[in-house]
Amino acid sequence: MSESKIPAPPSSAGAPRAGNPLLEVRDLQVVYGGIRAVKGIDLHIDRGELVALIGSNGAGKTTTLKALAGLVHPAGGQIRYEGGELHSIAAHRRAAMGIALVPEGRGVFARMTIAENLLMGAYSRSDKIEIATDLDRMYALFPRLAERKYQLAGTLSGGEQQMVAMARALMSRPRLLMLDEPSMGLAPLMVQKIFATIRDIAALGMSILLVEQNARLALQVAQRGYVMESGAITLSGSATELLGSDAVQRAYLGG
Amino acid sequence: MSRRSLCGSLRFGLLATLLRGFFVMQFSDKRNRLKFWLVLAALLLLPFITDALLGRSWVRIVDFAMLYIMLALGLNIVVGYAGLLDLGYIAFFAVGAYCYALTGSPHLALAFPMMFPAGVHLPFWIVLPMAALVAGGFGVLLGAPTLRLRGDYLAIVTLGFGEIIRIFLNNLDAPVNLTNGPQGISRIDPVSVAGVSLNSTQHIFGIVFPAVHLYFYLFLAFTALVVFVSRRLERSRIGRAWMAIREDEVAASAMGIDTRNLKLLAFAMGAMSGGASGALFAGFQGFVSPESFSLMESVMVLCMVVLGGMGNIAGVIFGAILLALLPEVLRHIVVPAQQALFGRTLVDPESLRMLLFGTALIVMMLYRPAGLLPSRVRRRELGADEPAAETSVYDATH
Repeated sequence: MSESKIPAPPSSAGAPRAGNPLLEVRDLQVVYGGIRAVKGIDLHIDRGELVALIGSNGAGKTTTLKALAGLVHPAGGQIRYEGGELHSIAAHRRAAMGIALVPEGRGVFARMTIAENLLMGAYSRSDKIEIATDLDRMYALFPRLAERKYQLAGTLSGGEQQMVAMARALMSRPRLLMLDEPSMGLAPLMVQKIFATIRDIAALGMSILLVEQNARLALQVAQRGYVMESGAITLSGSATELLGSDAVQRAYLGG
Repeated sequence: MSRRSLCGSLRFGLLATLLRGFFVMQFSDKRNRLKFWLVLAALLLLPFITDALLGRSWVRIVDFAMLYIMLALGLNIVVGYAGLLDLGYIAFFAVGAYCYALTGSPHLALAFPMMFPAGVHLPFWIVLPMAALVAGGFGVLLGAPTLRLRGDYLAIVTLGFGEIIRIFLNNLDAPVNLTNGPQGISRIDPVSVAGVSLNSTQHIFGIVFPAVHLYFYLFLAFTALVVFVSRRLERSRIGRAWMAIREDEVAASAMGIDTRNLKLLAFAMGAMSGGASGALFAGFQGFVSPESFSLMESVMVLCMVVLGGMGNIAGVIFGAILLALLPEVLRHIVVPAQQALFGRTLVDPESLRMLLFGTALIVMMLYRPAGLLPSRVRRRELGADEPAAETSVYDATH
């Protein structure tokens, strides 16, 4: 669509960083009932960066996100966020620290209205006036949700539910937004809309970690990317490099 | 004989309708103060009306219905708000009842004659909060190991918990006679408020208040308290967090909700209501035994919640009244009706109760799956007033 909009990424991806990244993961390992789902991965996200984590089904992408959100306990490794270690911090505390997750399958609160869903996103906040302005901001970002404020989220279409989940996550005023398979199960037109919104959010300076099976789409909006295969990161680099790489072409882009 | 009881049942039907009307009114319209006072007056007159129309035994039945309302509202916090299916809820009722029984009867003199030669007789206002707190503690005790369980698995563990409590009560008569086993504990002190024992007829301003009437007012006050707390919880930050957990626990946790503590809180709050109700039950009955706390009772309370309308206070109250009164109504209709028709009792009202009950539940699931008085959200979910739901999928893909 508009590749020209993507700023040229620095090509130092994967290498140890001298700067001060927002999130830095070292040797992360997650074990599920004896099976090593994530086998020691390294990744980092700089402030204001949109990073894609791509890979096929079962590669360990969702598990990685869950470990970052604190929903599963890693078997080893370090997760440093804003300079501090996250290891012993519970999931709900991480949310309050600005790490927002839009879970796989969206996880909207089906029997609550859209407005209630969005307000749940601001659960850890207490600044009522600011919350109200943020709510209006979300309705401006997703006009379709504004039309359906008092409709139950469970009655929405998949794309609308994805919007609810994203708006809900943004209501927490995150500093790191993690999106798990936002394109899953959506009609092509809706996927384009959702990705246009992701691009808009990134343009505002949000740091985003985007997990996707749809590698082409993800790399089109991202600045950098990591390719994950059976629990390990096999490739990393700028989005343009990855889009052009033969391995990615063969494995994920059907080229 | 049969004609008289038929008349009675008709009058009963009228009474039930009135009762339902009162509760629905009270909770659907907050602004109308006049209505509130009318409801209050009607509730205050209820034992006298019941006494006059149906007799003293029915006042006792209404008293039990109040206890069931408290139980059902407590379970509604756990099941309706937080979405944690609890099949052993009656255990908290048992804990509350035994708390009262042990600290308000001569029984402990048997186990510890040196320490308590006359048993323990703590005042009601100490025993009741204690019973609620102990039951709340048991709620946390049940909640803590089951935090990771959901749905069917949670139901099975809670079912086991309920049975464990009952079996303990049944067997803790040795080595130290703590619960007196299956014989239960008797000679429990009656509830006494401000030095007035509720077990005796009182004359106030020339009006005669029999014991069952006095207990009715006591239970009414506590039911009102439980209703008030439930309502406040429902609209609070805690209540919304519970609903989020019920809808999607992972997402709730990612929103910054402390799912562990909030689930424990739901168990504790539900258990406290059950425990308080149990203590009132023990004081009212003067006798407790493990057989009052069977699995069937847990199922019954759960059915009150589901039948009335999960998550909706008015619905839960209605369900509790309906199911608490049903067996009594059957007893008063079925036996005389059979006597009149066949000259003898062919079907025992107790077994007929289960048959009717099962049928009613199946019919409900088919025609009113959200309960008789569903909550606002459940009603909308089932599409009663949601025309927009039809179009949204179309809009999204076109």
